[in-house]
Amino acid sequence: MTNSIPAASQTSLDANAAMARRTRRSNAIARYSFLVPLIYIVLLMLPIYWLINMSFKTNAEILGAFSLWPRDPTIANYMVIFTDPSWYSGYINSIIYVVMNMVIAVAVALPAAYAFSRYRFLGDKHLFFWLLTNRMAPPAVFALPFFQLYSAFGLIDTHIAVAIAHCLFNVPLAVWILEGFMSGVPKEIDETAYIDGYSFPKFFVKIFMPLIASGIGVAAFFCFMFSWVELLIARTLTVTDAKPIAATMTRTVSASGLDWGVLAAAGVLTIIPGALVIWFVRNYIAKGFALGRV
Amino acid sequence: MDKSWNNKAWFLVLPVLLLVAFSAVIPLMTVVNYSVQDTFGNNQFFWAGTDWFSDVLSSARFHDALLRNLAFSAIILLIEVPLGIFIALNMPRKGLGVPFCLVFMSLPLLIPWNVVGTIWQVFGRVDIGLLGYTLNSIGIDYNYVSDPFDAWVTVIIMDVWHWTSLVVLLCYAGLVSIPDAYYQAAKIDGASRWSVFRFIQLPKMNRVLLIAVLLRFMDSFMIYTEPFVVTGGGPGNATTFLSIDLVKTAIGQFDVGPAAAMSLIYFLIILLLSWVFYTVMITNDAKG
Repeated sequence: MTNSIPAASQTSLDANAAMARRTRRSNAIARYSFLVPLIYIVLLMLPIYWLINMSFKTNAEILGAFSLWPRDPTIANYMVIFTDPSWYSGYINSIIYVVMNMVIAVAVALPAAYAFSRYRFLGDKHLFFWLLTNRMAPPAVFALPFFQLYSAFGLIDTHIAVAIAHCLFNVPLAVWILEGFMSGVPKEIDETAYIDGYSFPKFFVKIFMPLIASGIGVAAFFCFMFSWVELLIARTLTVTDAKPIAATMTRTVSASGLDWGVLAAAGVLTIIPGALVIWFVRNYIAKGFALGRV
Repeated sequence: MDKSWNNKAWFLVLPVLLLVAFSAVIPLMTVVNYSVQDTFGNNQFFWAGTDWFSDVLSSARFHDALLRNLAFSAIILLIEVPLGIFIALNMPRKGLGVPFCLVFMSLPLLIPWNVVGTIWQVFGRVDIGLLGYTLNSIGIDYNYVSDPFDAWVTVIIMDVWHWTSLVVLLCYAGLVSIPDAYYQAAKIDGASRWSVFRFIQLPKMNRVLLIAVLLRFMDSFMIYTEPFVVTGGGPGNATTFLSIDLVKTAIGQFDVGPAAAMSLIYFLIILLLSWVFYTVMITNDAKG
């Protein structure tokens, strides 16, 4: 007994020393760990930088000499886009149908997500699964039938056609994200509100929606994002009047070959809206990508 | 949460049901319709039965596209998942670095897909692109336009560039939800960095990793725009994935019958995958 105490304290000293060594070493690693995300971000930015670099060059410079930065910066490419209606109307078209889609998707998804998060009802699991399959549906499968369907309704080349078509994958997504956020709100809140005499619509708008405001923001953001980046369906359903900017970009081939400078400038301008909205939801991005279920 | 049984909840779901039925079921019925008929033009259709299905299922072209797509999905998963975990582990947990990392890393996710294609098309060109020019000037023979291997490398690097951030963000969300107490306990036990990762971080990331793998698999399985813009499916058919092949058949050649049959087979594969995804998610939810 008398022997074992110093022995025990000896081992604990050893353990302490080992722990300290380990902590020092892991601190040394931790000090440089910021390099990993930094290098990653630099690599991510390189292609984007190249696009920005090109957008400030003249075509002669792009094709003539290889240079890491514009020797003779010009905003002529951007001026082309801001003055030519066939270019800037592309942006307006994209923003119109993206916003329409966002509003429709979130508006119909809100009550549905509430139903899924609060009640069990006939066929609920099957319905939820069916919605999910639409999120996973390949747009290529739907391109041709969409064209025929919307032609039949005379909706080709309208903003609403693209907005509704994009609901195919955005509504299920919005339902899923919102359901995740709503399930985090205790059910007692609903019950208390009903006891206090709130009707369902009043409760939903006045009490429930403010509680899941961040969830609505995230759902809206993701609808914005997926509608903004999608091209195949948007291009199939539009001809000129509602043509999205991304589709306009596919026809920069002019008589003198590809107009690289203007193409690059248009590309840079399509990155800006995403970069702006991302700032507002930066704290929820990760949760949203996990469909509100982390 | 225990949910109460209430069939009136159907009224809340009705708008979604109608909207999605309009944009999913009607087009799908058109596809089914085309897949069993043949036409000689003039809007005259003949019953073709399952001919198109057996044609497509036995065609080498479909097999090749399917194999290429599976190979592509496997490769990008093998790169993106470990890389994503590694980056997420090294991301800062607090301070100004967090929003900085989150915003810049998400940026590629928000670029329209054909602009992603355009960026890489330009970036990889040997005459005016940084990547192509640099590789060639240090003596590596790289040309994605003519060499199938280079085209594959370009498409894979592009996808890694585009989507690794998604894996990073998901893993990061899983990591920050681990309570500090776990790490303190590990420190007291003198756990090595590897065992902290193996026995604390990895099990806690399980759930988000699953979402990441399944989302990435399904999205890469229906990739269209980016490789189409960069390589157009070429050189030859080297990068013709399922969606590209499908659009070529449906809109390029206007072979609606085979295209419709192919769509349905494609859709069934996706449906099967979704079902696996859903079941796994549900059992995961049940486990808590």
